[in-house]
Amino acid sequence: MKFKEIVELLQCEVLTANTDLEVDVDCAFGADLISDILMRTQEPTLLLSGLTNPQIIRLSDMIDLLGIVFVRGKRPSDELIKMAEERNLPLVTTQLTLYESSGILYNNGLRSCKI
Amino acid sequence: MAEYWYFKDGFEAKAREFLANAPEPDLNLEFTVGKRDFVNAGKASAEIKLSLKRIGVEGAILRTVAISSYEAEINCTAHADGADILCNIYSNLVHVIFHDFGPGMKDIEQSMVPGFSTADDMVREMGFGAGLGLPNIKKNSDVMHIISGEGERTYLEILTYF
Repeated sequence: MKFKEIVELLQCEVLTANTDLEVDVDCAFGADLISDILMRTQEPTLLLSGLTNPQIIRLSDMIDLLGIVFVRGKRPSDELIKMAEERNLPLVTTQLTLYESSGILYNNGLRSCKI
Repeated sequence: MAEYWYFKDGFEAKAREFLANAPEPDLNLEFTVGKRDFVNAGKASAEIKLSLKRIGVEGAILRTVAISSYEAEINCTAHADGADILCNIYSNLVHVIFHDFGPGMKDIEQSMVPGFSTADDMVREMGFGAGLGLPNIKKNSDVMHIISGEGERTYLEILTYF
C-alpha cells in the first residue's frame, strides 16, 4: 500500500512538506510507549501513535520508520515537523483514534509488522 | 556500591579478557547528555549508529546497538542528572560507556525486572517509564555491566560484538 492511500483511508492532513508519499508501506505498528515501539518494530514500518514529543522522531534514527500517523487529532510542534522533513519522514495527522485507524488499515490489507 | 553483570552465552571469557586489557580503540566518540534534555537525547545513539554504519557494520547489529544505546541514553536524561557517554569502536566490537552524574540506583536487581519503573508523570507522558529500559538493554547486548549505589554516579557499559 502506498503511503498516500493511507492518507486517504484515514482522512489525514499531511504535515510535512516535500516528503515522499509514494513510499510503499507493507506493515504497521501502533503504540504510545517508546520502549514498545523500539522493540517491536523489526522491519520498515508505518507507526501510528499519539506521542508528539521530539523523541518520536529520534526513534526513526534508531529503527526503520516509513512514516508516522498521529492519531486522536494530535499535532506535533513545528520544530518536530522540521526534524521529520530533514529525515524525509512523512508525518500526517488524523482525527480517528488509534483503534479506528488500525482497524481501517488492517481491513484494507495492511498487516501488522513482525514482532 | 553494587555491581551487576550480564554475559550472553559464550561471551564471558573474551569479554573479560577485552575489558582487562582495555586496548586502544580504532575510533573514539565522546558525548554529554543533559538532565531532562528530551530534545537532544538520542543524538549520541544516532551518531554511534551512523559511525558503525560507515565502517560497514550489518543492519541487524546496527539496530541492536542503536536500541541498547538509546535506552541507556534516555535513562541518563530521564532518571539521572545527565551523563558522559564514551563510545570505543574496534574492528570486531563496540564498547559504549554511560557514566551518569547521579543520583544512583537503590537496587539494580529490582531495576532489571521488566515493568519496574521510578519514572515520574512528566517522563511517562513522553512515552517513557514502561520499566523496560534496562531489560531492553540486556536483550540487545552481548555484555552489560552496571556499577551503582544510592547517592553515587551510575556506571553502565555495553559490549556488542560484530
